[in-house]
Amino acid sequence: MEKRITTPLTEETLRSLKAGENLVIDGVIYTGRDAAHKRLVETMDKGEPLPVDFTGQIIYYVGPCPAKPGHPIGSAGPTTSGRMDSYTPAMLNVGLKGMIGKGNRSAQVVEAIKEYGAVYLLAIGGAGALLAKCVKKAEVVAYEELGPEAIFRLEVENFPVVVGVDTEGNDIYVEGRKAYAR
Amino acid sequence: MVREIHVDRVKDVVRELSIKANYFLPQDVLKALNKAIETEESPVGKEVLGLIVQNAAIAAEDEMPICQDTGAAVIFLEVGQDIHFVGGSLVEAINQGVSEGYQDGYLRKSMTDDPFLRKNTGNNTPAIIHTDIVEGDQVYLVLAPKGGGSENMSAARGLTPADGMEGVKKFVVETVDRAGSNPCPPIVVGVGVGSTIEKAVLLSKKALIRPVGHPHPREHIAELEQSTLEAINNLGIGPQGLGGRTTALAVHIEPHSSHIASLIAAVNIQCHAARHAEATL
Repeated sequence: MEKRITTPLTEETLRSLKAGENLVIDGVIYTGRDAAHKRLVETMDKGEPLPVDFTGQIIYYVGPCPAKPGHPIGSAGPTTSGRMDSYTPAMLNVGLKGMIGKGNRSAQVVEAIKEYGAVYLLAIGGAGALLAKCVKKAEVVAYEELGPEAIFRLEVENFPVVVGVDTEGNDIYVEGRKAYAR
Repeated sequence: MVREIHVDRVKDVVRELSIKANYFLPQDVLKALNKAIETEESPVGKEVLGLIVQNAAIAAEDEMPICQDTGAAVIFLEVGQDIHFVGGSLVEAINQGVSEGYQDGYLRKSMTDDPFLRKNTGNNTPAIIHTDIVEGDQVYLVLAPKGGGSENMSAARGLTPADGMEGVKKFVVETVDRAGSNPCPPIVVGVGVGSTIEKAVLLSKKALIRPVGHPHPREHIAELEQSTLEAINNLGIGPQGLGGRTTALAVHIEPHSSHIASLIAAVNIQCHAARHAEATL
């Protein structure tokens, strides 16, 4: 039986997640990628309120395709997380507890994940059609003018992820490679 | 004899190829992915490859993009020298075709007007157009949507003639190693080798259009492709970087004549959604 998690993430749930573990997410997650992160951090720097309360929430690094009529969203797979690294400590500082993306995080981000007791989750890059099927509802909640880079509130069901970095700072990318390198 | 082609025909073809390339993964890529499922040793890697194939089937069935990054619209155009385009600007027609295809196909618009100001142009233009003038009276057009994640991991380097094939191999493997999980492995690796940087880079992208797994006709190049592929797969990065024996599906190397002083190599990394569609007018 696969483990299920939902937002807002509690400390107990977060601590139970281990790098390499398969999970499914049900409930609300928010999207955000390069341009939205830039704006969010600029807003924090000015001391102004954020458009979304990220306490205990998960952000999904994705810029979806437009929805066809009758569908909530178009293809929606993860983008490369490393580009958000410079913004991540600030996001964790305002209460963000989970991130979904693909690819390695910097040593500083892994350290920050440990410090704030958060997790980094991996979705399959390039599986945008498959992942879109797990999205039941999508609405723009901030920065609509950014188009695909706007912040969407997504309601997801059975959204599959693998724990990439857990609250202890264990990193699946480091462990996974060792076994198959020759 | 000069043959006239109305630019509206080019526009319509570009519109159609934009959608087709993004919905349907080419058969050669699917075949390579299915073969990798059989040979992959990592259970997680096998599972990931299975989901990638399943994703391509969903995209084809539901007529939706394989990946949300529907790319920059890279277009290779071979224009016969006996062609005369009529009815307006060829470049404008191509961009209009991209704009209509990305709009009508519900594809993501990913292009910004300026690398620093970064305002989205809203229609995925401009297309990135590479034109060759060739003999004859036909137009051959390949549209290859190129995602940002894998493109960002690409690189070029000036080597010396003494570095030779081993030097090129080492540079390619280093580039793939550094890219790690970022470019959505399993990848296809395009390599251009020559003596001016722009030629090497352009050939590295053109190498990605070659059907996956077709070796270069020159024997020493085909051998270099094979040994570089083995070295890459020994890195252990695996599908999605989660560990495994399938980091790359293929290495395609395109060599070019070189200046006596130079050996320049370029590596263009392509994610597993190795999309392209073609047409002849």
